[in-house]
Amino acid sequence: MTPTLQLFLIISAALFSFGLLAALSRRHAIFILIGIEMMLAAAGINFIAFWRFAPQPAPPTGVMITIFAIAIAAAEAAVGLSLVIAVYRHYRTTNVDEIDQLHG
Amino acid sequence: MNSVAFIIIAILTLAAALGAATLPKLIHAALSFALTFVGVAMFYFLLGAEFVGLVQVFVYVGAVAVLIVFTILLTRRDVDKDRGFNWNGVVIALAVFGGLIFAITKTSGLTIAPPAIAPLSVRQIGQTLMTDYVWPLQCVGLLLTAALIGALVLVMEEKR
Repeated sequence: MTPTLQLFLIISAALFSFGLLAALSRRHAIFILIGIEMMLAAAGINFIAFWRFAPQPAPPTGVMITIFAIAIAAAEAAVGLSLVIAVYRHYRTTNVDEIDQLHG
Repeated sequence: MNSVAFIIIAILTLAAALGAATLPKLIHAALSFALTFVGVAMFYFLLGAEFVGLVQVFVYVGAVAVLIVFTILLTRRDVDKDRGFNWNGVVIALAVFGGLIFAITKTSGLTIAPPAIAPLSVRQIGQTLMTDYVWPLQCVGLLLTAALIGALVLVMEEKR
C-alpha cells in the first residue's frame, strides 16, 4: 500500500492548523512569524503533492511555485525578524499584547 | 512510494510542529521549528522533488532557523518564557482543521495512487525557470533585493 494524495492533504492540513495555532495563540512576535512559515510550508507540501499525483507527463508547475514560495518566505522572514528587532529597541518587549501604541 | 517512510516522516513532522507551536521555552520551540522543516524537506524527497527538498533544507534549516535563533538571543531580556497563551487560538485552529478534514474526506477522486514519473532533473528545472518563468524569476530577484535593503534599513541604528 502506498500513501494516497488524500493522506498528504491531511498531513498538510494538520501542519497548517499547527501553524495557525502558533500564529494565533502565542504572544511572542517571533512565534507568530514561525506560525506563518509553517502555514507556507503546508501550502508547499500541497503544491508538490498535486504535481506528483497529476497525470504524467505534467509540466513542473507545482515545483516552480514551491521554489518561488520558499524565496518569498525567506524574504518575509528577514523583514519580519528585523521588524521584531526594531520594535524591541523601542519598547523593550516582544510581546504583541504590550505593543499597543496605535490601539485607540 | 514507501508507506513506512511516510508514517515515520509524518509523525516526526507533526510532533515537531506541535512542539514549535506549544513549547514554553522559546529556544526549544525554535529548534523544534527547524526539525519541522527537516520533516517537510523529507516529504519533498518522498514526493520526488529532490531539488525543492534541498532548497528547503538550505533556506530554512540553514538560514531562517539561524536567523530566528539570533533574534531570540538579541531580544533575550523578556523572552525566557512566553507568558500568556490565548486559548481562543486553539478553538479556531481546531475549527479550521475540522473544516479542512471535512472538505478533504468529502472530495472524491483523492484516493489515487501516484503515477510513475520520470525523475525531475535540475537541468529541466533550470530550463523551465529560464523560459516559462523568467519574469517571475526576475521579480523574485527584485523582491529579495528590496527585502534585504529593507531589513538593513529597519535594524540600522538611528543617528542622534
